[in-house]
Amino acid sequence: MTTTFRHSYVAAVFWPRLRRNRLAMAGGCVVMLLFLVSLFSPWLTPYNPNDINAWQVLSPPSWSHWFGTDELGRDVFSRVLFGARISLKVGLVAIGIAVFLGSVVGLTAGYYGGWVDTLLMRMVDIMLCFPAFFLILAIITFLEPSIWYIMAVIGLTGWMGVARLVRAETLAIREMDYIMAARCSGASDRRIIMRHILPNALSPVLVAATLGVAGAILTESALSFLGIGVQPPTPSWGNILTSGKDYIEFAWWLSLFPGLAILLTVLAYNLLGEGIRDALDPRTTD
Amino acid sequence: MTAYLLKRVALLIPLLLGITLITFTVIHLAPGEPVDMQMAMNPKVGKEARERLTKFYGLDQPLHVQYLSWLKKLSRLDFGRSFSSDNRPVLDKIKERLPVTLSLNIIALLIEFGLAIPIGILAAVHRDTLLDKGLTVFVFLGFAVPTFWLALLLMYFFGVKLNWLPISGLHTLGYEAYGWFGRVWDLAKHLVLPVLVASFGSLAGVSRYMRSAMLQVIGQDYITTARAKGLSERVVIWKHALRNALLPLITLVGFSIPGLIGGSVIFETIFAIPGMGQLFYQGVMSRDYPVVMGILVIGAGLTLIGNLIADLSYALADPRIRQGSGGRDT
Repeated sequence: MTTTFRHSYVAAVFWPRLRRNRLAMAGGCVVMLLFLVSLFSPWLTPYNPNDINAWQVLSPPSWSHWFGTDELGRDVFSRVLFGARISLKVGLVAIGIAVFLGSVVGLTAGYYGGWVDTLLMRMVDIMLCFPAFFLILAIITFLEPSIWYIMAVIGLTGWMGVARLVRAETLAIREMDYIMAARCSGASDRRIIMRHILPNALSPVLVAATLGVAGAILTESALSFLGIGVQPPTPSWGNILTSGKDYIEFAWWLSLFPGLAILLTVLAYNLLGEGIRDALDPRTTD
Repeated sequence: MTAYLLKRVALLIPLLLGITLITFTVIHLAPGEPVDMQMAMNPKVGKEARERLTKFYGLDQPLHVQYLSWLKKLSRLDFGRSFSSDNRPVLDKIKERLPVTLSLNIIALLIEFGLAIPIGILAAVHRDTLLDKGLTVFVFLGFAVPTFWLALLLMYFFGVKLNWLPISGLHTLGYEAYGWFGRVWDLAKHLVLPVLVASFGSLAGVSRYMRSAMLQVIGQDYITTARAKGLSERVVIWKHALRNALLPLITLVGFSIPGLIGGSVIFETIFAIPGMGQLFYQGVMSRDYPVVMGILVIGAGLTLIGNLIADLSYALADPRIRQGSGGRDT
């Protein structure tokens, strides 16, 4: 029964609202495009992103190399396309971890209340005191460089917002009549949480996750730029920029294109996330 | 009010303990020992010397003993000595760097709020117009642009190409010879780019918040009343609506502290500014554990203090809390 209701809500209210928001739709299109590009990057790229060509070092954009070549003669266009893969992977996995952890903590704190709630929420407060980037740097540099660690660390330092959102939703839903009804009919805590509370607490999480992907992509690029993120020769937008920095006076294309790629991606996720927020907000009137 | 104040201050103690516990855990769960780094730099160090070092730093003790003795030292504000070759007390190192980062961030914060509040109000008042959309895209551009990339482009353009602004450090070489005004001017020129980069990036949060707070207030009955009384739109917006929309913004100041301090790693590294972010970056890269731990604790502590000040100002500004009829649910 719940599914039909949700479907009809999505079809009748959410989607028409989202569609009217042109900025959000534009963001959504870019996000879709990026998904496709990362899926098909091996077939879309004109060159192997790691092929070195000593005769074409730092050549400016041309018909054969749309975004020019880097200091090893590698095709920047191909590297930027492959970089989309890395960014998307880091963004989605990191936020997946954050959403999972945040939901578990938020549901537990909100549903059980009492000292469990106090303890968990104080932990959230404590974690929020740390400048996240400091914590990430401290952990990442002490580990072997690996993309999996980067995703894990970004996720492990970014779940607190989700936990607060889910807890607030859970607190409100817990008092609803249908929860009481479920409890009277003998449903276990686990079933109530998973079947009745979680699905209804997810909409703010959707917004936080969309915005979070943008944040995670930015963090990864900053780490890679500092040389402690994705390690060369694997192309990532951040580490292409690192070499771009060294050649900025003679090879602007090496800095411009990966930077624009990050900018566009993060902007798209943000506009989409804000659009979803507005479309879900019952206070905004049509 | 006194009761509220006491309650808030009492809450700091478990939070501070938690901060130290997380800092300690993060550093000690990491593989590799601090001694390894010192060994790597000096291959002549033998096995006995290694054991002596381990003992010297208390690394042979069980973890909880190490934690307690570290905590005991912290309570006396003893952050230990840096592992780097100068071997100076960590607190001294942080003390020289903190004012730089703090003042840079305060300037950036002032500019951020100074721009973001009017942007948010404009966007709310002209809701769904072209102006609103344009401002939305503008602030999101600020959020989406990677700080280090923007810094790089600005450095290249204003520093190298046009040669208008200095691109690194806080002073020109030999600035001591300048007069008072010359020195301030020199510092100001060095600060333009870092402050610009720092504040542009955080415009989005505050201005979007301001926009939605304004929209919410504008929908309230007392605004309709004010309009019905025949007050001009300007008075309604800037006097009646703004006051109430501004209040929750105080909390946002506290919230934005960790982001700003965290961001300082990037722009201090790029602009070669001798602040805490740069010290932290050097610390993690050289595995200078006492420095890393000290900065983590102090960085988180600053956020705690910032939040406390924000909450107290909120309480002072909001009569509902001031008179103790109810607290906000956190």
